[in-house]
Parts: sequence; structure tokens; C-alpha cells
Amino acid sequence: MGSGRLYLAVAVGGFRRYATYRAATAAGVFTNTVFGVILVYTYLALWDEKPHLGGYDQAQAVTYVWLGQCLYATLAIQGGGAEKDLMERIRTGEIAVDLYRPADLQLWWLAGDVGRALFQMLGRGVIPFLFGALFFPMALPTELTLWAAFLVTLLLATVVSFAIRYLVALSVFWLMDGTGVNQALMITGIFFSGMVLPLNAFPGVLGDIVRVLPWAAQIQMPADVLMGETDPLRAYAFQAAWAVVLLAAGRLVQSAATRRVVVQGG
Amino acid sequence: MKPEPVMDPFIELDRVEKVFDVRKKTGFLKRERRQVRAVDSISFTVARGEMVGYIGPNGAGKSTTIKMLTGILTPSGGRLRVAGIDPSRERTRLAHRIGVVFGQRTTLWWDLPLIDSYKLMHRMYRIPDGRYRENLDRLVEHLDLGALLDVPVRQLSLGQRMRGDIAAALLHDPEVLYLDEPTIGLDVISKAKVREFLRELNTERATTVLLTTHDLQDIEQLCSRVMVIDHGRMMYDGPLAGLHEVGESERTLVVDLERELPPIEAGPARVVKVEGPRQWLAFPAAESAAVLVARIAAEYPLVDLSVREPDIEAVIAKMYAEQAERAERAVS
Amino acid sequence: MGDTGALARRSALVEGLRAYRLIAGMWVRSSMTYRTSFVVTVFGNLLVTGLDFVAILLMFSQVDSLGGWSMPEVALLYGLSATAFGIADLVLGSMDVLGARIRDGSFDTLLVRPAPVLAQIGADRFALRRLGRITQGAVVLGYALVSVDVDWSAQKVLLVPVMLVSGAVIFCSLFVAGAAFQILVQDASEVQNAFTYGGNTLLQYPPSVFGKDLVRGVTFMLPLAFVNWVPAAYVLGRPYPIGLPEWAAFASPLVAAVCCASAGLAWRSGLRSYRSTGS
Repeated sequence: MGSGRLYLAVAVGGFRRYATYRAATAAGVFTNTVFGVILVYTYLALWDEKPHLGGYDQAQAVTYVWLGQCLYATLAIQGGGAEKDLMERIRTGEIAVDLYRPADLQLWWLAGDVGRALFQMLGRGVIPFLFGALFFPMALPTELTLWAAFLVTLLLATVVSFAIRYLVALSVFWLMDGTGVNQALMITGIFFSGMVLPLNAFPGVLGDIVRVLPWAAQIQMPADVLMGETDPLRAYAFQAAWAVVLLAAGRLVQSAATRRVVVQGG
Repeated sequence: MKPEPVMDPFIELDRVEKVFDVRKKTGFLKRERRQVRAVDSISFTVARGEMVGYIGPNGAGKSTTIKMLTGILTPSGGRLRVAGIDPSRERTRLAHRIGVVFGQRTTLWWDLPLIDSYKLMHRMYRIPDGRYRENLDRLVEHLDLGALLDVPVRQLSLGQRMRGDIAAALLHDPEVLYLDEPTIGLDVISKAKVREFLRELNTERATTVLLTTHDLQDIEQLCSRVMVIDHGRMMYDGPLAGLHEVGESERTLVVDLERELPPIEAGPARVVKVEGPRQWLAFPAAESAAVLVARIAAEYPLVDLSVREPDIEAVIAKMYAEQAERAERAVS
Repeated sequence: MGDTGALARRSALVEGLRAYRLIAGMWVRSSMTYRTSFVVTVFGNLLVTGLDFVAILLMFSQVDSLGGWSMPEVALLYGLSATAFGIADLVLGSMDVLGARIRDGSFDTLLVRPAPVLAQIGADRFALRRLGRITQGAVVLGYALVSVDVDWSAQKVLLVPVMLVSGAVIFCSLFVAGAAFQILVQDASEVQNAFTYGGNTLLQYPPSVFGKDLVRGVTFMLPLAFVNWVPAAYVLGRPYPIGLPEWAAFASPLVAAVCCASAGLAWRSGLRSYRSTGS
């Protein structure tokens, strides 16, 4: 498996690259912790007013908050992962170099983004989560199987998150400017992932819609699996289905885009 | 006509020091604090109207000195005055009287036409309208910027941008111009243009110029005086020719003759290598190449020739080694 | 001596404002060279900043009150904080690029200009798209002012603009203090975000929601409570979030002035340390 080793090396590179920004990581931990504290209090007030909102009790709502802070950078919820570099390379035309690499373009970027996600998780996500567990009542399972299932959903969530950002980033091939694209990613990411409120607490039809969109695979699914609110297999199926659809769409757009590059002569 | 250089010390440094605290990681969470003397007791004066080259290897303390002269950094010790002003105390007042060009960092506005950056300088430095227009016209003419004024800076070539940056630094008629690597990365023609302009600026307008560079040709073609700094200490201050003497460096004349001939005999030069009709002659860097070339041309059938400059890094390395040797001798 | 000192300070202020205006103008012109991008980002900014309020709307779609506060009351808090923060964000919102400027060396080019550095760095990347946040905050504030159940008196009416201006100054102080911190730790722009964006988010919810220690902290240590919590409680006829005398509602300008002075000191010592260490 020579190519397997290649992508592993790319992933390690992605991990290392983010690991060099120590002060930035520490600052990020601080920020996520501060936002976590603010959100926890607002959620506690909300659940105080309406117990069992969205099927969660207060401890579960608190757990959701800290999981969200943990995954915020990990899944690049508001952007800033591999897609940022990809857009820049498309804009400057350096992407042409990538096309000549003896590697699959999409897998290459996926590997790098997984490496980045792993670092953001360990370096930036775990500490706020532990802080939350230490100072607020949380609903954490004691069964190891649930934690194992949770880790699987995290991996799938990373892939879905990448697939969304990759697909959107490719639009820069036609737009030639990533500003609007970045903003669209940010808005949809924050809103549809459930950073403002757990998706299961969204009211009525809006709730029904957001819970089947791909962003639901990012925080809601791992949270529900961790807290035993959903069958892990159902969560895997949901996440995997979106991963396949989005990655395939990414490939289609990618081949159209690269044809364009070839036609333009790089 | 070159105005008589007035011997008032325009820039004065008296035992100026700059010490940095450097924290180095020595292990997990363990850090070691160490003091680095980036500039170690340097003294010199530059008279109004002088053009001085300031050279040395990377990390020698050149940039630190320039930053202290412009007031960006505060010296840790010693006394420093530019036009009678203590730069670090009255940085903004001094700013009106100095111009700075950072070679690798443009101060021009990337997305806007070049002229917009000049309009900003006009207002920020409060340059009177008449003087601004006069200076702009002159700089545009001498630096060949006419066709570039309406071009967004991001579309300019490196050489064009450097010329644009130099003009921006001179619109307010500074009395001294600091140039940090003004020819780095430029092509031969751009380098020549920049050098020619600086020479004119110095001779016609008597602007004091202090330039740091890696390119010995910059110094050779522009500066009558050169200062060499290494490890924060002044290694040499004097004419360029003297530097070659101190460093005992030699230049090389490569001569192509019509046919193979026995080694050329020409005064101080000695042949170091012969390869068919091509001969390499080493001669003291302080000697005039022109005299030597004239002599050889008169006596030998010359086809082509070129002069190779001594490598500045090599000269400095040699100086440094000699000094260390002397110090060792003094100890023993 | 005191007189000349005051004169020098005043002229530094005038010079600073002038330099700020000049540089901000250049950034506006620069952004206009990419017109479509500009339009897109103005619109996007409006939407991004609106997400905070959408969260509140979603909450109130499930409940009638939060921490005992009604929707219009929370909207008042939100509108005041978001508008004040929006003004500060427009004026000094790009100070978080200072760390990057120091790292790439371009900070030095600002230090050789004949204008106060704070004004130059404050105007750095000035962007009119930030009007989106102010607009969005002002719309919510407008809704709150007409729908909130208040017995308006002259004092209460006066407090609204006082809160906006004082709040903007308090947030500006946070931006400046954050920038000073970045001189020491260049990658730490996110710490600044925790206080600026985090503070703004905090103030959008009723103080009754938060723990007493947290409320005490943002009243006495980092006096964010004077942006809206304390004066808005007075306007709404509610008890102060923490035992404070009656006049505390009118103390916001004073608090803002103290914040401003502290931030100025922080900036000066930050700049001094830069110039003696040359980061």
C-alpha cells in the first residue's frame, strides 16, 4: 500500500503544520472556554424555562455546548480548514501544480484536513471539554462502547465536514474570489451545524429540515451518539450517506473544474 | 556640481548598544534566557551629504542599527542623534526629516494606482502643494515612473515597485535616506537605474544616504565610504579600497586572448590559471582595473575580458578570522 | 509644563484622527476595486452578525421568557450591545491583524511615519462592510424600543444614546488592550476575540441568566455591565444585576473614560516593550 503511506504522510503534515502555532492554539482554547461558559448559562436558563426541550435534560444540554466548543475548530465549523488553502491555490493558479501530482486531488486534501482536525481536536478541543466536565454537570456515558461509537461518528463527521467545504471551495474555479464563498460557509456552518442551538431544539418544520441536512452530521449526530440519544448505526448510516453523496458531488465538480484548467492552459 | 560636504555630524552614534533577551526552549516547558548583543558598542558619525554603505552578513546587526536610527527601536545604551534629534524619543518629529525604503517590504498600496500612494504621502507628511508637485515631477522623470502612475501597484514588477517605493520615500524631501537592500531581487537594468538615481540624489541634492546591501557592486558604484559590521561590532569604517586592503582581497580579471599564449606579465597582477586562450589574473582589489586592462590591451591580442569582484562575505570572513587570530596572539 | 503636555496630547489626538481618516479612506478605495466582493461581503456581514439574534429568536420560539426577561427586553439588551459593538468593530475592528503585521515586519513601516501608530493600526483594513453589523444591531434596537413596555422619562431617553457611545468606547478599549497584548504574544489574536466578541455575546443575554460571580466580574473587574446591563436595567425599571447605588445607571461614561485611559496605558507600555525588544 504505497499510496496509503503517501496519504498518511500528508495527514501527518497537516497535523504538524497546525501544531507549530502554539500560542494561537492556547488562545483558541481560552476563547472556546469563554464562549462555552457563556453558552452554558444561556442554555441552562432556556432549559430551566422549558425542561426536556428537544429531548435533552439540562446536563445533556450542557454536554452539547462543550462538545460544540470541542468540535468548533476540529470540524472547521466556520471554515478555516483545508478549503482555505485550496481556495487560495485555485485563486493563484498554483492548483495546476497539484493536478500533476501522482495522487488523487480530493484524497490528498482530505488527508491533510484529517490531520489538521486531529490536531485541533487534541490541541484545542479537549481542554475546553474537560473544563466543562469539571465545572458543570454533564451527561457523559460510562460505557466504553458508547465512547468507541462516538469516536467513529467523529471520524465520519470530519469526512462530511471536509466534503462540504471541499465542494464549496471548488466554486472558486468559476468565481475567482473566495470572499463570498467563505462567508457562505461561515453562515451555513454556524447555523445548520447547531452552533447557535442544538438542532433538536429547533422548532417545527425548520427543525425537521435542519435535522436532515448534511450539517446535522457534524455536531448533532456525535452528541446524540455520545449521550445515547440515537442508535449509533442509524447515525453512521446518516453520516456515511451524506459523506458519499458530497464526496461524489465534489468529484464531479472537480473533474469539470480541472477540465477548465486544462482548457485554459493552466 | 557637488556641494562641499559640510562636516557637521548629521548622524552620531556614541557607543550605542542593543541587547535582546532571547528565550530559547531547552526542553519541554523549560526555557533558557539569554542576552544577545545585536549591536555592541558601535560609534560612528555620518556627515551631511555623505553616502555610506553599511554591510555585513545576515544577523550582523545592520537592521537593528537602522531601526534605532529611525526610532523604531530604543537603544539599550549609548547615545544616538540624527539631525540633533533622539530618534526613539521623538520618532514622529524625526519622521518628517528621514526617508526609509525597506527593500523587501513595499509601503505602497497594493490595490490602488501608484499615484494614490503618493497622494497619501502628500497629505500625511503635509507637503506644501507646490513642493509636492515639483518633487513628484522630478522623481517621476528621474525614476521613469510616468507610465506607471495609474497602474495598480500589484501589477508592477519588482524593479518598478522598488523605484515607486524610493519615490514615495523622497516626496517629503528627507535630509537622509535609509535604504535596506534596495537592489535585492532586481534585474540588471533595474539595478542600474536605481543606482544611477541614488548617485544623482546624493550629488545634486546632497541627500545623506545610508544603505545596507549584500551586493558589493552597490557599494562600489555608489559609496565612497563603507562600514562593515559583524556580530554587532564595527569591523571596518573607511573607503572601499581600504576594505580590500584590510581584507587583503583580490579581484580577478578573466582575459580571453586570440590564441594560447604564455602567462601574461602585468605588474601587480599574477596569473592564477590558464585554460587554452583564457587566463585568470588576480590583482589587489584596491588597484584600478582600468589601468591594468589598458596595459594588457596594449601588449596582448585581446578578444574579451571581464572583472570578477571579490565576494564581500569572503572579505568579511577573512577580516574576522584575522581579528580572532590577533586576539589569540594577544592572550598567549 | 502641564500645559504644554496637554497641548501635545491634544495635537497627538488631532494628528491621530487625521491620519486615521486618511488611511481609512485608502482602505475604502482599495476595497472598491473589487466591487462584487464588496457587495457580497456587506450582505454576508449582515447575515453573519444576524446569527446571534437568530439564536435568540429560536429560543423565544420555544419559551416566553429567558431568565425572567421578555423578548422585547432581551432585544433591547441585544440591540444596545450589538450596535455599540458594531461601532467599535467598524472603528477598530481590524486591530487583531497587529500580530500578523509584527510577524511579517510591516509594523515597522508604520513606525517611521509622522503619525501616531495607534491611529495607523486602528485604521488598518478599515472596512465599510462592518456597517452591516451596526445596521443589524440598530434594527433590533429599533424593534426593542417600540415594543418594550417602558414608562419613558427624559433620563431614560437620554440613557439610550449615552449607552451606545459609552458602550462603543468600552469595546474600543478592549480592542486596543487586545492589540497591546498581541505585541507581547503575536499569535494570540483569539484571546482578544474572547473578550470582544465574547463580551458582546454575553451582554446580549439577561444578567439573571449568568452566575453571580461572573456578573460581579464583568461589573467590577472588566466593567462590561456598564455597556447595557446596568443602564438598561434602569430603563426597564428592573433591579440592578448586582447591588449598586441608583446613580450607577449613569456611570457608563465615567466607566468608559476609565477603560479608555487604561487601554491607552496598556498600549503605551506594549509599544514601549516592542521598541525595546524588537519582537
